[in-house]
Amino acid sequence: MPRLADKRLVFVTGKGGVGKSTVAIALGIAAARRGLRTVVAELSGQARAAETFGIASPSGEEVRLDGGGLHAISVDMERAMEEYLHERAGRVGDLLAASRAFHTFAHATPGMRELLTIGKVWELADDPRRVPRARPYDLVIVDAPASGHAVGALSTPATFAEIARVGPIANQGRTIDATLRDPAQTAVVAVALPEELSVTETISLRARLWDALGHEPVAVVVNACLPERLGPRQARTVEEALERARSPLVRAALRAARSEHVRAGAQREQIARLAEGLAGIPRIELPYRFSARLDPAALGALADRLEELL
Amino acid sequence: MRRADVATLLAGTRVCVIGGSGGVGKTTTSAAIAAGMAARGLKVAVVTIDPAQRLATALGLGELGNAPRRIDPERFAAAGLQLGDGELWAMTLDPKRTFDELIARLSPDADTRERILANRVYGELSDAIAGSQEFTAVAKLYDLAQEGDWDLLVLDTPPSRNALDFLDAPDRLAAFFEGRALQALLRGGGAGLRLLGRGAGLALGLLRRVTGAELLSDLSDFFRLLGGLLGGFRERAEQVEALLRAPDTTFLLVTSPEREPIEEAIFFQRRLRAAGMTLGGAIVNRVHAEAMAIGAADEDDASLADLPARLEREAGLSPALAKTVAAAFADEHALARRDAANVARLAQRLGADLALLRVPLLDGDVHDLDGLVRLGAQLFADQA
Repeated sequence: MPRLADKRLVFVTGKGGVGKSTVAIALGIAAARRGLRTVVAELSGQARAAETFGIASPSGEEVRLDGGGLHAISVDMERAMEEYLHERAGRVGDLLAASRAFHTFAHATPGMRELLTIGKVWELADDPRRVPRARPYDLVIVDAPASGHAVGALSTPATFAEIARVGPIANQGRTIDATLRDPAQTAVVAVALPEELSVTETISLRARLWDALGHEPVAVVVNACLPERLGPRQARTVEEALERARSPLVRAALRAARSEHVRAGAQREQIARLAEGLAGIPRIELPYRFSARLDPAALGALADRLEELL
Repeated sequence: MRRADVATLLAGTRVCVIGGSGGVGKTTTSAAIAAGMAARGLKVAVVTIDPAQRLATALGLGELGNAPRRIDPERFAAAGLQLGDGELWAMTLDPKRTFDELIARLSPDADTRERILANRVYGELSDAIAGSQEFTAVAKLYDLAQEGDWDLLVLDTPPSRNALDFLDAPDRLAAFFEGRALQALLRGGGAGLRLLGRGAGLALGLLRRVTGAELLSDLSDFFRLLGGLLGGFRERAEQVEALLRAPDTTFLLVTSPEREPIEEAIFFQRRLRAAGMTLGGAIVNRVHAEAMAIGAADEDDASLADLPARLEREAGLSPALAKTVAAAFADEHALARRDAANVARLAQRLGADLALLRVPLLDGDVHDLDGLVRLGAQLFADQA
């Protein structure tokens, strides 16, 4: 198992809609239980972690989610830029941050958003922090963009270092890139659904991540796995019973059981494909949630399942 | 709320844009709609983004190329759908190539074109420009619409977390190239700079300090070259926006019955309305409908408590199996209730005039033409 508790940065990624945010928050809960000062960093402008805990979370602010060590931040590009300029150039930097021309420049520069957000994530675990009076976190769990974009974002520091060659951005880019490339400090956790598209993308993530950072996902979390309630013989019995049953309710029950069985079987095929494509990478399966609400208690139960990753 | 089929919704439509958040089945729905409309004798092209490998293979989209290819009608005939006089063409978007093509088309001369394509900033970072996929998708749609050769174009929008990103793409790209302050700043001084007001002169010097001189010079070169394309981009963005607003362009919303995609869909509809674009209807995929179909969702818990006994008596199941089946149904029942509540909320927010199609959860992924035809049967009344 990957021992995530020993890392500084953990990026949680996967196709859109697979439950990245849920897994990131549950991992955060599990890490905080271990006594780690943990922050869940969201990069897409949302504040799902804080919302789940019913805590107000102004963009770019670090907020505490519980009585323990669990925190969250919705990373804000503008804030990250102001912090960076202030650190580099003090009051002059503040002037620059207030200049409209400079903002236009920063927004127009391709990749600048990715560079600043990754830089901010890195800063959260840096000692000393760039933010005055802030303490570094033991572990930053990043609710990363969808995998296609995530690999791109993780390569931006290196790309900027390469283009700039010398100067402050080049240096900063190289420092961040070195952290991202170091498997002792940075880990990527892939989240997948047991469906074809998601499995294919997750398998291809292995090679793309290797090309970008020189390491592989340390674990894959397969979300929403249906229970396998029926064995093959029972499935046949249900099938036969459908031919006899007459009342609508009994028929609907039999059809529901059969349909779930068929879908669970299709999921097992996809999980087998994933296991083959990601041979050697630990895999954790999370059950399909039949209940509607995802509250801190439900997340706590998911955290139980993820604890072994730490 | 009306119940209608897709053929009715798309009558008279020339461009159909399929919107919705990631993971709700947009790509397969787009392909099923395109196939169903082709079966009505139309010449249809569907632009897909990142289709599942098996679906791409089934459609014959394995090969490279950034233009639509005709799908062999025999493939659909084998799956039970006759295209007749209709034609189905399909392509997978290549964002990088589409952007390169656009640069080439808008460049004032061959020299500018070559210098942009060879610029290091462009080469390394063009993927990040203005959300490449979002803009290139609509840019490609516009190109195809200009060809004028299609009865219907179906665009599957990118699998972005925010379903609306591509709506902003034309504006964002125009704003990107419109940064006049930026142009002046990077041209390095004089009158332009003074117009920018306080702090701008300082900004240039400082910029060098925080970025490094080489990066600044490459960026400056990059923006200067693209500056020559500014007028063309502006115009293109306006044309694309006009196309999205045209009366014969219809948006269809695709969602799943979970809470978050439904919330996205409601938001999406508000944005479309505000932007003056036409929403034709909504399709809710993967609805747990088994329990709803018989009205069992309304039955009280007492009748479900009785279910294991009835399964033993009426279906001859062993007590253990009866309990298992009843448990599976109880879970399905809870999901059906959840779905029904979410769909009702969507219906209420969309209003009574808007068509809403529910597609029940099919057993297994849709990844082949049989699956597309099965999905089509849910979308088109006469294919059922």
